[in-house]
Amino acid sequence: MRKIVLAAAAAFILTAPAFAAEEVKPMEREWHFNGMLGKFDKQQLQRGFQVYKEVCASCHSLNYISFRNLEDIGYSEDQVKVIAAEYQVTDGPDENGDMFQRPARPSDHIPHPFANDQLARASNGGALPPDLSLMTKAREDGPNYVYSLMLGYKEAPNGFELNPGMSYNAFFPGHQIAMPQQITDDRVTYADGTKASAEQIATDVVAFLHWTAEPKLEVRHATGVRVLLFAFLFTVLAYLYKRRLWARLGKH
Amino acid sequence: MSTEKSRLMKAWEWHEQRLPIGSFLDHSLGSKYPAPKNLNYWWNFGSLALFMLVTMIITGVFLAMNYTAHVTLAFNSVERIMRDVNNGWLIRYMHSNGASFFFIVVYIHIFRGLYYGSYKPPREVLWWMGVVIYLLMMATAFMGYVLPWGQMSFWGATVITNLFSAIPGVGDAIVTLLWGGFSVDNPTLNRFFALHYLLPFVIVGVVFIHIWALHVPGSNNPLGIDAAPADKIPFFPYYVAKDVFGLGVFLMVYFAVVFWAPNMMGDPLNYVPANPMVTPPHIVPEWYYLPFYAILRAIPDKLLGVVAMFGSILILFVLPWLDRHPVRSASFRPIFRIFFWIFLANGLMLGWCGAQLAEGLPLILSRIGTFWYFFHFIVLLPLLSWIETPKPLPASISQPVLSPAE
Repeated sequence: MRKIVLAAAAAFILTAPAFAAEEVKPMEREWHFNGMLGKFDKQQLQRGFQVYKEVCASCHSLNYISFRNLEDIGYSEDQVKVIAAEYQVTDGPDENGDMFQRPARPSDHIPHPFANDQLARASNGGALPPDLSLMTKAREDGPNYVYSLMLGYKEAPNGFELNPGMSYNAFFPGHQIAMPQQITDDRVTYADGTKASAEQIATDVVAFLHWTAEPKLEVRHATGVRVLLFAFLFTVLAYLYKRRLWARLGKH
Repeated sequence: MSTEKSRLMKAWEWHEQRLPIGSFLDHSLGSKYPAPKNLNYWWNFGSLALFMLVTMIITGVFLAMNYTAHVTLAFNSVERIMRDVNNGWLIRYMHSNGASFFFIVVYIHIFRGLYYGSYKPPREVLWWMGVVIYLLMMATAFMGYVLPWGQMSFWGATVITNLFSAIPGVGDAIVTLLWGGFSVDNPTLNRFFALHYLLPFVIVGVVFIHIWALHVPGSNNPLGIDAAPADKIPFFPYYVAKDVFGLGVFLMVYFAVVFWAPNMMGDPLNYVPANPMVTPPHIVPEWYYLPFYAILRAIPDKLLGVVAMFGSILILFVLPWLDRHPVRSASFRPIFRIFFWIFLANGLMLGWCGAQLAEGLPLILSRIGTFWYFFHFIVLLPLLSWIETPKPLPASISQPVLSPAE
C-alpha cells in the first residue's frame, strides 16, 4: 500500500509540470561554466565583454561591476587601467566646490549609460533597459533564456498585433519586446579573430553576463569539490566507527 | 604527570560542585540519558534540526555584520556580500539554502512524529513545544526572505502582511502596525530585520524546553511501546555516533546544493531589486509555505481563507486529542498507516498547487486537498481512534511479537 501511494505521489509530481500554463522553453545550450568542475573560458569572457562594450553598453548598465573586477577575466592590472581610462566619470566636489570629469580608475564602477531612469526611458521609447549584472540569475533558466532571447527575433506571425516601436521575439513573455534585434552576424569584429556569427556573439555575451552575475562560480565549484571530498571521508569514518561501536550491543 | 592530572581533575570537580555544567550535558545528551535501543534513522532528524539552527545563527550573525537594513541599500549590500566580502558568497548561500534544509529536516522530523505517534501521551507538551518552534521558524524565515529586498521579498511581504487585514475590526490597524506606515517600506524592513535577528534566539529557548520535555518521558521509538530500562542504551556514545554519521550524509546533500545549485530553491525574481511600481505576474512564497498558501487560496472568502491557513497549523496543537487511539506507532495500525501516506501525498499535492496560479485544475485540487487536510484531522483520526483494531503489540522492545507482522 505504502509503495502504491508513494508511486502515485511520485508520478503526480513528475507529470505535474504538464498541467502548468503553456510557456516557451528556451533553447538549450552547453555552457562551459556548468557541471561539477565548470569554469569560465576567459577568452570567451573577454569576447563577451567586447560585445557588451560595443553593443549593449549604450543602453544597459552593469551596476555591480567595477573595472578592477575585469582582472578576473584575464586582463592584467595595466590593461584594466587602460580600459578604465577610456571612460569619463564625474568626481568631486573639488576645493572650489565644483564637480568635475576625470578618466575612470580601476576602482570605479562601470559608468551608467544614462544619468537617470527617466532619461533612459526618454531615450528608449518609454522602455527602461534593465541592468544586466544579475540578468542570468534573474530569469528562469537564465543563460539559456538570454541566449534564446538574443537570437529569438522573427517576423511577427500573421494576425499578431505588434505595437508601434516594438519587435517580435519568440522567447520574450508576450512576444513584444521594446529592444530591437541587436545581434546579427558580424555585428562585432572580435579582437582575437574569432568568427563573429550571431550564435557566437550571443554565446559569448551570455557567458560574460553569467560571470557578472556569479563572479565566484569557479571558486565555488573548486571549494565544493574539496568540501564534498572531506564530507565523504568524514561520513565513511563516522559510519565505520558507528558500526564498530554498535557491534558491542549484539544484534540490534 | 599523575599529580598534574589529579590536580586538573580536582579543579574540574571544584567547578562541577559549583556549576555542574558537565553533569548537565551528560544528562541532557550524554551517557546519563538512556534512549531506546531500537531508534531508526528517522530519529536522526532532531539532532540535524539542532545542527541547522546553530548553522543558521552562525552564518546569520556574519551576514548581519555586512548587511544594511535600508530600502535603498539592502539589495546592494547583499550583492556586496556576494562579490566583495571574503567568502561572503559561501556564507550567504549556506544561509539561504540553510533555511530550506532546516525546513526539510524539520518536516521529516514532524512526519516521523506523526507516523510513530510521538504526540500521544505522555508527550503532548513536547509536541506543543515542537509546534511552537515550527511556527517561530515560519515567522523567522518569512522575515529573512524579505531582507534582500528583491521583487519577491517586497511582494511576498505585501501579500502576507495583507492577510492580517482580514481580521474584522482591528485588521487594518494591525497591518499598519506591522508595516510601520501605510505600505511596505523602510520601517517594515527595519522591524523585520530586528525581529529576524531576535526570533532565532527565542527558538533556541523553546528548543531547550523541547529537549527538557523530551527528557521527562524519554524518546518514543519505532514500536511505540514504553521502553523498559533494559531496552535502553546511553545516548552517548551510541546515538551520538549514529547522529554524527547521519550528519555526514546530510552534509553531503546540503553542500551539493550550496556549491552546485545554490539558487535552485530560490525565485529568480528575487535577483531583481524591489520595485513597488511593478507587480510580478505570479507572486509565490518560498516552497516551505506552499501547502498553506494553497489552503489560503482554496477558499474564496479572504477571512475564512486566513482562518483555514492558520487553522491548518494550529490544529496540530490539539492533535493528541483528535487521535486518541491507544497505540502510538503506525506499524501496528494498518488503517491509520494508509491514511498517513495519503495525508503526506495530499500535503505534497497542496504544495504543488501553491506554486501554480489559483485557477483551473490547481484550484480544484487545492480545494480537494484542503478538504482532505481537515477531514483527516477532524473526522478520520477521531473515527479511527474508535474503530481501528491494532495488530498485537510486542511485550517489549527485545521481544518482537510472534505473529507474522510485516
